[in-house]
Amino acid sequence: MRNLWIFISRYNAFFLFIIFFTVGIYLTVKNNSYQRSVTLNSTNEVVGTAYERLNVFKRYLNLGMVNDSLAAENAKLKSRLLGLTTVDTAKDVKVVDTVTNQDYTYLAAKVVKNSITLRNNIMTINKGSIDGIKSGMAVIAPQKGVVGFIRDVSEHLATIQSLLHKDTKISVTLKKNNALGSLVWGDGNFDIKKAFIKEVPNHIKMYVGDTIVTSGYGSFPSGILVGRISRPNVATNDNFLSGEVNLFTDFSTLQYVYVVKYKKAEEQKALESAVKPNE
Amino acid sequence: MNSRIIIVNVIRWFLLLFVQIFLLKNMGFYDLSTPFIYVLFLLLLPFGIPNIVLYLLAFATGLTLDAFYDTMGVHATACVVLAFVRISFISISLNRDAIDDPEPSLSYMGFQWFSLYAFLCVISHHLVLFFLETFRLTEVGYTLMRCGLSCIFTLLIILLVEFIFYRRTPR
Repeated sequence: MRNLWIFISRYNAFFLFIIFFTVGIYLTVKNNSYQRSVTLNSTNEVVGTAYERLNVFKRYLNLGMVNDSLAAENAKLKSRLLGLTTVDTAKDVKVVDTVTNQDYTYLAAKVVKNSITLRNNIMTINKGSIDGIKSGMAVIAPQKGVVGFIRDVSEHLATIQSLLHKDTKISVTLKKNNALGSLVWGDGNFDIKKAFIKEVPNHIKMYVGDTIVTSGYGSFPSGILVGRISRPNVATNDNFLSGEVNLFTDFSTLQYVYVVKYKKAEEQKALESAVKPNE
Repeated sequence: MNSRIIIVNVIRWFLLLFVQIFLLKNMGFYDLSTPFIYVLFLLLLPFGIPNIVLYLLAFATGLTLDAFYDTMGVHATACVVLAFVRISFISISLNRDAIDDPEPSLSYMGFQWFSLYAFLCVISHHLVLFFLETFRLTEVGYTLMRCGLSCIFTLLIILLVEFIFYRRTPR
């Protein structure tokens, strides 16, 4: 013990250096948002990759539980089969949007196959080209919330590239000030109830509880409720802000969806494709 | 005598930080070369100062700078590194018992020793400072260039100041 004290006091310059240097680095990382975001991001990357590896195994472990819940759901559905006949899914409901003078029609469809556990999730619905469904149409949830886009269409069935997919990007706005952003999912967080709003300009102030709605650019009608901000102002490395959004859509219990038919979709697409990207 | 040293150092601290914060903070050549003259205060602290006091002074000076530069902790860390280099260099290059000069300034130690001493301290300070400020290795070339050019600028000003306050002492 005495030797240790002699050793420490003899090289006190070095030990004091270590102490003060650690305090300095700690202050730097704690109080400067850029340094903090870099440190957090790199740790997040490491942790995220580890979790992804682990998830592959975990999915197998969860199979039994998923099976049980599926069987229970199946039983529940069978018992309610009679009640379901009251829902007339074959009928087109026409909604006239008198404010912007565009008309969208909504077609109800039943989810035949749903998936929420993968990185890129695809659903199947029981409506196809015979009902007028085309690739690229928007899909929304019955009460509130967005679901995704129509991906491939067959005669009687269609697949939906849900929001829980790495290529899905929905144009959204903050309801209170119409600030534009993009809604994406699965950026290091594979919680099906949470998505991220990205590419919000830096000067916009986000707060917890701000409502996110669709912007109306693209195939979604404007003003569809998407979710609420749960973690605002996440700094990214570029000049934009991100925020975590609590989605209104509950993908795990989704049974019916509405496909949005936009009457002028083809006209708009043709017009916009006439603009060459190099101009 | 002792109180004289303290008063001189306090005045020096205020002067150097005043110049650094109100004059040199607004200076810089194409964002490449920024002088940090305040490190001269740490370079000129007397020989007999205990290590812990030196570290505390370095840290406090760095924090004061940080408060004005809005870079919490960056200057403080760099100053602590400078203090470590200072202690190491003095203990290696000088015989501890034979030191009878009060402070490691140009007038007492001569040009050769002082310029090497200043160079080592300043370059270590600047390296830590600029790398902590950018905090990524992708721009390492640009950071090193900024560091080198700032180092030259700082050293020039330090030597200039030292020659202005040069006192011929009987050796």
